[in-house]
Amino acid sequence: MATTTQPARPKVLPEPHGRAGFGGTLRSEFTKIRSVRSTYWTLLVLLAVSIGIGAAICAGTAANWSQTSAADRVTFDATQVSVAGLFYLGQLVIVVLGAIVLTAEYSTGMIRTSLTAMPRRVTIYAAKGLVFAVVALVVTLAAAFISFFLGQSLLASTHASATLSQPGVLRAVVGSALYVTLVGLFAFAAGAIFRHTAATITSIIGLLFVIPILAHLLPSSWYQDLARWLPDAAGTAITTTVAGQNPHLFSPWGQFSVFAIYTAILLVVGGILFRKRDA
Amino acid sequence: MIEVRGLSKRYGAKIAVNNLSFDVEPGKVTGFLGPNGAGKTTTMRLILGLDYPDAGTVAIHGKQYAHLAYPMREVGALLDAKAVHGGRSAYNHLLCLAQTNNLPKRRVGEVLELVGLTEVARKRTKGFSLGMGQRLGIAGTLLGDPAVLMFDEPVNGLDPEGILWIRNLMKALAAEGRTIFVSSHLMSEMENTADHLIVIGRGQLLADCTMDEFIARSSGQTVRVVTPQSDQLIKAVTGAGGSVHSDGAAAGADGALIVSGLVAAQVGDLAFEHGVRLHELTVVRASLEAAFMELTADSVEYRAEGQGGQAPGPGQPPEPGEAPTQEQLATHGQGGI
Repeated sequence: MATTTQPARPKVLPEPHGRAGFGGTLRSEFTKIRSVRSTYWTLLVLLAVSIGIGAAICAGTAANWSQTSAADRVTFDATQVSVAGLFYLGQLVIVVLGAIVLTAEYSTGMIRTSLTAMPRRVTIYAAKGLVFAVVALVVTLAAAFISFFLGQSLLASTHASATLSQPGVLRAVVGSALYVTLVGLFAFAAGAIFRHTAATITSIIGLLFVIPILAHLLPSSWYQDLARWLPDAAGTAITTTVAGQNPHLFSPWGQFSVFAIYTAILLVVGGILFRKRDA
Repeated sequence: MIEVRGLSKRYGAKIAVNNLSFDVEPGKVTGFLGPNGAGKTTTMRLILGLDYPDAGTVAIHGKQYAHLAYPMREVGALLDAKAVHGGRSAYNHLLCLAQTNNLPKRRVGEVLELVGLTEVARKRTKGFSLGMGQRLGIAGTLLGDPAVLMFDEPVNGLDPEGILWIRNLMKALAAEGRTIFVSSHLMSEMENTADHLIVIGRGQLLADCTMDEFIARSSGQTVRVVTPQSDQLIKAVTGAGGSVHSDGAAAGADGALIVSGLVAAQVGDLAFEHGVRLHELTVVRASLEAAFMELTADSVEYRAEGQGGQAPGPGQPPEPGEAPTQEQLATHGQGGI
């Protein structure tokens, strides 16, 4: 009825078919993430910190190799050391990007415009999370492989350097990128819960860095039981290629799954709140 | 067509919208009026599904907003022009909105052209002036070429040129047959643009009528008379069924009388019949602004102490045809820009 009472307007758009859905929202979220400078800055810092710190540790290790004890040489994990910059410090940087993907929409008010254009909130949430995860994974994989190859070349003089064909090495390099991406998704979900950049970043850093430090202060038997349930253990376990380092942790993928489950739970909670709350 | 039924929303202890029902009909400009804090923005947020109502429903073309196949093709809404990421260029801002509804890329260029922002399309929006921001927001509402447009206080804070631009744009969009639902806290903004009025106060419906009905209802048929024979005229007027006020403020020093219930011609005829000399006989039409303020006086959320005496207190609804105050007379005839 509405259309018959109005004079016909010239058509400026092609006839619609179907309905607005995931595909368009995915393209939209990619446009959003690629069109703000903060994305490039954060990813540049991520690459610089990960590769730079990894290279520094490797160069230092090589320089001091002659003074390294035989026992330490046996447990030396050349792979883990080369990607340590990524999974120790890179995760700090990805927390910032993961958080602001959603919280920047709240601080700028853009969320109201976004939800008016696409009111199906679960679609927006899923598209945002997926676009961020893919961008984060591509960049962290690049960081991981560059760190690995640069680190191994710096360690060449020690004759303890690793190659990708050795057992567990590829898993450790790819795993460090997966772990950091997962940390980013963890922060993304927390962003949906707090809807505030500073609150999100502070609480995630507290959870990933401060709690593990406090846990070290516990009696060691308690800590050994607790360690495998802490979120940061995944990063250590997945990058370990030399056996017997951390007897209290699960297997690399088992330990990774613990954190993956935490992240999945937080993503679901964030999604429910994003769907249910007033914008 | 927007159908609002029994809409209620409470934020904590504050009732923002209370059992509100109205229709916004296609093909005209509907003004959504109310004092600040009356619940206009909340109502619009509820229509768009940004907030969820505690009770009631909203249907747009028979569907909930979130269930529309392509929301931007049916409704273009601008609640807050500042609700953009300032680090993104105007072009990319519009592109990311267009993509959610599978709208063609070329449409972004078209709407930028339409609002006159083509030259700054690649500039980041944080450098935009208020007027440019408003144009960008309006460009966003037009992306999907929707039949329904919703604007919340679109001219707030704009300079006269910007106000004129928006006013002309709204008229042009309405002339194309679009439904326009526009909120304001100023009646003067609606006088020249709105066909229909929905007036709310404290979240409740106060009036839902055409602009003509509102004018007819509010113009109040009062006649101002100055005569040296006041007593005779008062007797004649009351005898003919009219009523006379000699409200000090309105009458002024010249002892004018305000007659209601009779039109000017009747008062003049009565004076002639009774041999009363008249020095002045004037039709007083309360301005729409005055009528609107009278209607919403009870529901103004925040009011300065001193103004309280001018507005009718709670439980004392203004009498029909009550004499306009001096201030209201002063605003008479000034109209909107």
